[in-house]
Order: sequence, then structure tokens, then C-alpha cells
Amino acid sequence: MAEVTIQQLADAMYDLVKSTHGKKNLKPMDVTKAMIDQFGEDSVDKALCKKALRELIDTGRCIYKYAGGSFVTLPEN
Amino acid sequence: MTETKRKTPLIDELEKGPWPSFVKEMKKEAHKPITRDAISQLERSYEEHISHWKHGGLVGVMGYGGGVIGRYSDLAAEFPGVAEFHTFRVNQPSAWFYTSDALRTLCDIWDKHGSGITNMHGSTGDIVFLGGTTEAIEPIFADLTANGWDLGGSGSNMRTPSCCVGPARCEWACYDTLNACYNITQSFQDELHRPFFPYKYKFKFAGCPNDCVASIARSDCSVIGTWKDDIQVNNAKVKDYEKQGLDLNADVCDRCPTRCMSWDGKTLAIDNSNCVKCMHCINMMPKALKPGKERGATILIGSKAPIVGGALLSSVFVPFLEMDPESEYSDLKELTEAIWELWGEHGKSRERVGEFIQRVGLSNFLEEIGLEPVPEMVMHPRTNPYIFFDDEIFEKAE
Repeated sequence: MAEVTIQQLADAMYDLVKSTHGKKNLKPMDVTKAMIDQFGEDSVDKALCKKALRELIDTGRCIYKYAGGSFVTLPEN
Repeated sequence: MTETKRKTPLIDELEKGPWPSFVKEMKKEAHKPITRDAISQLERSYEEHISHWKHGGLVGVMGYGGGVIGRYSDLAAEFPGVAEFHTFRVNQPSAWFYTSDALRTLCDIWDKHGSGITNMHGSTGDIVFLGGTTEAIEPIFADLTANGWDLGGSGSNMRTPSCCVGPARCEWACYDTLNACYNITQSFQDELHRPFFPYKYKFKFAGCPNDCVASIARSDCSVIGTWKDDIQVNNAKVKDYEKQGLDLNADVCDRCPTRCMSWDGKTLAIDNSNCVKCMHCINMMPKALKPGKERGATILIGSKAPIVGGALLSSVFVPFLEMDPESEYSDLKELTEAIWELWGEHGKSRERVGEFIQRVGLSNFLEEIGLEPVPEMVMHPRTNPYIFFDDEIFEKAE
């Protein structure tokens, strides 16, 4: 598995959420699948994506919102 | 009692009668603007037959994706006290056992930061605090965690597991429901607080087939206590029940769903191989009959209440699983993780696991999670004659 760090993955997730903000609601699994597509199955798996998502949420760069289901989005400010 | 802001003749009707009234309790807290406006808005809803609550949004504590449910008034100008009226779910202790000190702590926190209105408990089992502002969310969370409490689940995650009183108060408990509930809650903290599923996933732990937590109807994973060996019978005590007026044949034997027992006036004979663990005989004669000694649990998957689609009951997945606390429930966790992996990847948004199984088919689902089909999974013998066996079955027969 090629080296992709949690931070790199979190940055890529942030870019994805930012690029779709206001256009499409992304579930955590949507973000995960997009990352596996982007980096490849050999480099990224679900467990790593979970860690990166946690990093993204814990630092406050993204938050969860509820709109019928739970989605990852940008904070209001 | 403090006067509410406006007259409330419709909800006042709910104060009448010899039973507890939530209106009466809310009015005790009407000295707070948030509660006063909640009462007034409710009256307005009763007048107009429509809810004035908006649901969802961006509220939550840092790092968590559940536990706080955004609630806003669509009449904020008229009722500013409830412009923000968020719900907080607090993870309840196993089987809802509290010390009076713990309850006072919870109430003090809620009086300090919120409306003072609680719901003990929500239908999933959480302690529910009703009516707090966005600004109060983090201070409430800080006070709760400082006192050893945590938020429960909401959104597309594992919901707060709950259980019956189990061996703490019930001799029929076939496993330690409190321990199992606590263990699963602690083991899946990430799944409880961080939504990663297509929709909610609930655990309920019932100690025996009486299923006092209604797990078979209300949880995606029902863990229901059962036994493998024979029902324990004390024939002298059975005789005592008869002397006290119980008609053994009419009230017990004839009501057995599989008619697996008979009474000759001296001995209660039970064909245990045909017992379906309905608990009727044990419930009727608790001093004479007990569940067997080889105890464990049946794992059932897929029930839900009718929110998006219709209601479903759980189906048997594992007929008997030992529930030894020493094992840390590793088999149950392994099964759960296999289900989450499959459903998490292929489930549609807001599709419960029971609906997912219906969509993909039970046989496909079992194959994907690596569970062998067993006869106990079949509800009743197939009546459809159009059964197509695989070629290898015919080959084996030859």
C-alpha cells in the first residue's frame, strides 16, 4: 500500500466537501468511496478514511449535519 | 403556578383526569420564557392542527455527529423563547438504574442550562432533555461529561443501546443484559458518536423471550435471552397452582402454541424439543417452572418502527449464542461488523438494515456476511411448490 497519510486524506476530503458545498449532500460513506476512487484501493481503505474523517471533524474543519440522514459539511462560518 | 403568556384552553383539557399530565408538569416550569413559549406554541399547534417545529440542521458538539437534535420554531417572532429548542439525548445507564444523587445532578445541569423539561426516557432509551439553545450546547456537554455522563446517539449512527433489568431484578434473565449492553456501548463508541451508516442502527438486549424491551419490534439487532436444554419443572409447585384454582389443561397446556405439554394430575410432561420458548407456561406458573440451565441468546436482525417504510419484525440470524461476559461478546461484535460493512457500503440513504435485507434477499445477505443458513431462520415451511434446487443437490442425492 502506497503511503497516504491521514492528513493528506483529510485535506483531500476537505477539498471534496468544499467543492460540493451547497450543491450536494455527502454522506460519510460517499466521501470514503470518493477517496478510495481518488487514491486507489491499494493506497486507501475504509479504516484509514474513518481516521481521516475523524481528524477532519475533530479539528472543526468539517461538521456533521442532519437532514433526514447524516451528512458531512462545512461549518456555517 | 405561574400564568402562561396566553390562554391555553385546548391543552388545558390534558390536565383533566386521574393520570399524570405533561401539560401540568410543563406549567410548573412556565416561569422560564423558553418553557412558557413552548406551552403557548403547543396551544397554537392544537388550534391549527399543525406542528410548528422545524427539525435537523447543524447543531452538535465538537467531534460528535449525534446526541443533539436541532429543533427550531417556525414562529420565532411570535414565540422567541423557543426560536431554538434543541433536544439532547443523554446515554442512560444500563436498564435505567440511577442513584437519587445521579438524578439530582442531571436535573441541576438541565435547570442551569435549559428549559428544565425532561423526557424519562425516549423510545430508544435515552434520557431526553427538551429545549436548549445553540449557545448552551457545549456548556451542557461540558457539565455532563464532567459528571460522568455522555451524549447518546442520533442521526445515521448506532443508537444508544438499551436493555431490560435482566439479572438485576429478574430470575428469568438468560444472560447478563446489563453487562452486554454496557460492553457493546463502550466497544462501539465511534459508531455511536460518528455517523457512518446509511441510517440508524439499534441494539436492544432482552433477558428472556418475554422481551420486556420489545427488541423484536424496535431494534435492528435484537438480542433475546433463551435456553437450550429443558424447562426446569417442580411438579409439587405445579400441583399447588392447581389447588389454588389454576386449570392446568385449559390455561396452560391448551394455550401452548405447539401443544408440547400435558398434565395428568401429578406430572407436567414437556416435549422440550418442540418448545418454542414462548414463556406462556413459565409466566403462568413462575414458582413451578423456570427457563433451562443452558442459557444464552438468540440474535435477530432487521426490525424497525414505521417511519420511512412500514414496520418490520426481526428475523432469527443466530439461534443460540453463548453470552459469557468473559468472551467480551466477540461473536456478536464480529457479526455486527460484518453486517455494518455490507449494509454501510451498499445500503441506500435512510434504508434500515431490515429493508436492505428485503431488497437484496436474505440468502444473498447471508452469503455476503458469511453466515450459514439454518432451519431456525425459516418462519414456517414453504408452501410455494416452485422450488429450484441447485444442481449439486441433485448430484449428491444420486
